[in-house]
Amino acid sequence: MKKMTSREKNEMLWGWIFIAPTMLGLIVLNIIPIFQTIYQSFFKTGDFGKGNVFVGLANYQKVFGDTEVWQALWNTIKYAVFEVPLSVVIALILAVLLNKKMKGREVFRTIFFLPMVVAPAAIAMVWKWLYNSNFGLINNVFGIKVNWISDPNIAIISIAVIGIWSVIGYNMVLFLAGLQEVPRDYYEAASLDGANGVQQLLYITVPLISPTIFFVLVTRIIGAMQVFDLIYMIIDYNNPALKKTESLVYLFYKYSFEQSKKGYGATVIVVLLLVILLLTIVQMIGQKKWVHYE
Amino acid sequence: MTMKDRINKIVIYVVLTLVSITMLVPFVWMFLTAFKTVAETMQVDPFVLVPAVWQTENFGKVIAAMDFFKLYVNTLLMIALRVLCAVLTATLSGYAFARLKFKGKDFMFGMVLFQMMIPVQIFIIPQYVMVSKLHLTNSIMGLVFPGLVTAFGTFLLRQAYMGLPRDLEEAARLDGCNIPQTFLFIMAPLTKSSMVALGIFTAVFAYKDLMWPMIVCPDNNKTTLASALAKMNGQYSQKYPELMMAALIACVPMIVIYIFFQKQFIEGIATSGGKL
Repeated sequence: MKKMTSREKNEMLWGWIFIAPTMLGLIVLNIIPIFQTIYQSFFKTGDFGKGNVFVGLANYQKVFGDTEVWQALWNTIKYAVFEVPLSVVIALILAVLLNKKMKGREVFRTIFFLPMVVAPAAIAMVWKWLYNSNFGLINNVFGIKVNWISDPNIAIISIAVIGIWSVIGYNMVLFLAGLQEVPRDYYEAASLDGANGVQQLLYITVPLISPTIFFVLVTRIIGAMQVFDLIYMIIDYNNPALKKTESLVYLFYKYSFEQSKKGYGATVIVVLLLVILLLTIVQMIGQKKWVHYE
Repeated sequence: MTMKDRINKIVIYVVLTLVSITMLVPFVWMFLTAFKTVAETMQVDPFVLVPAVWQTENFGKVIAAMDFFKLYVNTLLMIALRVLCAVLTATLSGYAFARLKFKGKDFMFGMVLFQMMIPVQIFIIPQYVMVSKLHLTNSIMGLVFPGLVTAFGTFLLRQAYMGLPRDLEEAARLDGCNIPQTFLFIMAPLTKSSMVALGIFTAVFAYKDLMWPMIVCPDNNKTTLASALAKMNGQYSQKYPELMMAALIACVPMIVIYIFFQKQFIEGIATSGGKL
């Protein structure tokens, strides 16, 4: 091995000094905790959070037989299946409509993005009130009587609607950035060939910004699988739809911090990690079929 | 402009306006409800849209129930410290990962990337245990704790430094600048826009976070706005005017700042998210 020059030594020293705070922090705050959480999932926490008893894989066996966990996984998937595709499609259409010189472009963009800067806690409170079955704005304006958030069959969809409403502006801005890369003459050529707006969207826009769509899909699915705030804020303990709306992160919070069963809480969150990893890998493989990189 | 173009244009504006109304109605309804009486909110026939008398005392009632001044101070301190820590540590490490050669760099950067892909809830139990062992529950430092460093910010700033021309650095070195001088006086000032983006991103997500402050600062006076709202939400189930007033107090300042700096906000949150 060749000896380092003093300049190289100096660079190495400063390199390590510069990354030291970040790496130290990441190792202590994040990397070690990953292993601690996995380790914790092999323990049963006693009453009042006292005493950790090693139980091996018993928590995982329990998870597989636990209908509440399966239901929560199903609720989480249902939420994601409604939220992600709809928010992506609506955002893509809005981005295409806004992707031209027009009056009021900035104003529309600012309005659509607005929910991104408001705490989900506040957003959930106002939607809970809009959804109120007796006095809520939605039922009154349309003269209907739907139990939006207490009917177990539709509550999770009502919550997904809030999720869509919250995130379309964010997705739209990402799509707008992607659309900047699409050359204008593609559309001119297509129009000359007689392609209408929908055809242009499907055959030019979507393939050309497919890397952006892929990125948004992957990050939105990860985000949607971690849904918590909206459900926690909207569904009260005595809501009949509670069991049909709790998500995996909600269960994690309930077990770990409300019931002090940190061992079982850790198991639930490791399961979520595995589900998210699996979904991401499937998408990474699937992208080869439809994502076009230049 | 042909007739067809004109119709197209009208349709586009109608769609955009309808979506805008959908986006704004919840905020308008929050505002209107915040100034109503409880009786007015429960009136169905005739349905009351605008309060007959604007009930400004709802503000006093909410302030009396929750010390919003304290909550604001806590939230602002948490945000300020998190932004400071994130920008400082990420600027240093981002520069080193982008421009310095040293052994172990790839492995360390791999660790940063790995961490970015893990759902944050995985860290929460051990982080909570650390905070309680350090006796930092119900304190500002407890709120700041998970935000002391940032993998995402490191990645973002690394990208920013990678985009800068190399000759600038070479020239500085030839002029006799050592590494910290080159970094501090030549390179770091050129990444200001990325620092601002990271700062806004960090601030908005710190303000929106609900689970961590609920866990680590459960006391009414020690917690953040978001977590205080969750607490009120559980206690005032039918008093919608007061709940909406609380939500309004918690989100109006952020909305006002956003409207003034919308360009920076949108770039900071979305485009930095999109660079991942």
